[in-house]
Amino acid sequence: MNYTWNWGIFFEPSPEGTGTYADMLLSGLLWTILTALASWAIAFCLGSIVGVMRTLPSKAARGFGTAYVELFRNVPLLVQMFLWYFVLPELLLPAAGAWIKQLPNAPFYTAVICLGFFTAARVAEQVRAGIEALPRGQRLAGTAMGFTVAQTYRYVLLPNAYRIILPPMTSEFLNNLKNTSVALTIGLLELTARARSMQEFSFQVFEAFTAATLLYVLINVVVIVAATFLERSLTIPGQR
Amino acid sequence: MFANLDFGVIVSSLPYLFGQGMVFTVTLTALAASMGVVLGTLLAILRLSGVPGVSHLAKGYVELMRSLPLVLVIFWFYFLVPYIGAWVVRSPTPIQVGAFASALVTFTLFEAAFFAEIMRAGIQSIPKGQTAAALALGMTRAQVMRTVVLPQAFRNMLPLLLTQTIILFQDTSLVYVLSLTDFLGAASKVAQRDGRLVEMYLFAAVVYFLICFTASSLVRRLHSRVAIIR
Repeated sequence: MNYTWNWGIFFEPSPEGTGTYADMLLSGLLWTILTALASWAIAFCLGSIVGVMRTLPSKAARGFGTAYVELFRNVPLLVQMFLWYFVLPELLLPAAGAWIKQLPNAPFYTAVICLGFFTAARVAEQVRAGIEALPRGQRLAGTAMGFTVAQTYRYVLLPNAYRIILPPMTSEFLNNLKNTSVALTIGLLELTARARSMQEFSFQVFEAFTAATLLYVLINVVVIVAATFLERSLTIPGQR
Repeated sequence: MFANLDFGVIVSSLPYLFGQGMVFTVTLTALAASMGVVLGTLLAILRLSGVPGVSHLAKGYVELMRSLPLVLVIFWFYFLVPYIGAWVVRSPTPIQVGAFASALVTFTLFEAAFFAEIMRAGIQSIPKGQTAAALALGMTRAQVMRTVVLPQAFRNMLPLLLTQTIILFQDTSLVYVLSLTDFLGAASKVAQRDGRLVEMYLFAAVVYFLICFTASSLVRRLHSRVAIIR
């Protein structure tokens, strides 16, 4: 083994001229977190809607929900990323396409939308599983109380379903966070991309990747701890 | 909006896309899945062995792999494998292993963590009484695992293992970051050579969709057939 270790590399200035290598990785970390949170917001809202649609009495709504989930689950994320980034602007009206291409931070917006739609399919499956795990009597009781379908979901089914699916939703959130790294292929400067460019500039491969690995593990631990607290604070007293 | 698209480029590049790209993707998926299942089963057995150091090590490995993005792991092994190879053959300099070998090692080791979690659930789903009964018959621990527990665990977990393999099939597209010529890599190379990004990426999406959709429908049917009635 003739690899020269140099752990001091993080405090050396990066060739970009705006700070040290450590600053570079931290800016990557921020982009990763920002992308993960923004795309999760889309995924959570859209996924809840699609998941609910899959449990509605209406055949059309169920069909749409199923089609959405199948479409977004059976195409690799990287291909979806390319479709949003390279293909969509070409298929719009020329003016709209040009506007998208000239957006500052276009990779960021594309990644957020792509991950949002992609993760929404997974969230939808969880929401559907949560609603279907509830006893049938709850929906019937809601109807018997004179609730409309919307009210039954809002006041009876969803509050219970979300509590049931909190643990799998946590791992979907973490998957979404890890998937942000795929956006480096369209030029998003997130954590993995930053570790990669640090490796290219400094040739300190293993230091760069070790740092990135530790940061990812750290975020995972933080999210899991936060989810445990959230679960505890959302438990209905006396239930179970 | 579809007026100036040229789908002829797809037809003329079909032999390259499938003959080279898809063959690469399928080979990588099949090899990584079969080796990953074996390694994953080993990891699951180690994790459930209860031997203090060993089970913690297996758990740590699985948790670490599951908390890292695949892209980062691909880069890790791309740079690490030459050093590991040099260590194995006692070579003073990092050895050239080739991108395919590096990708194969990456996907095997990464997916092993996910297969391990599935197999752990499979092994735990077998009632404790069966292990006790087999031990009472005088079987060794290894015999119990091989002839009683694992066959049932595999059968119960087959649909999940196959679903994970479909995910692996989709994930192999990420070798794009190493510029390898898998199916997407081939499509992307043609796309950039001919300036036909729209046609090639749409075509790639359709092909992936058809394969994965068919495969997951088959897995769903299999699921209803292999389920053991208790």
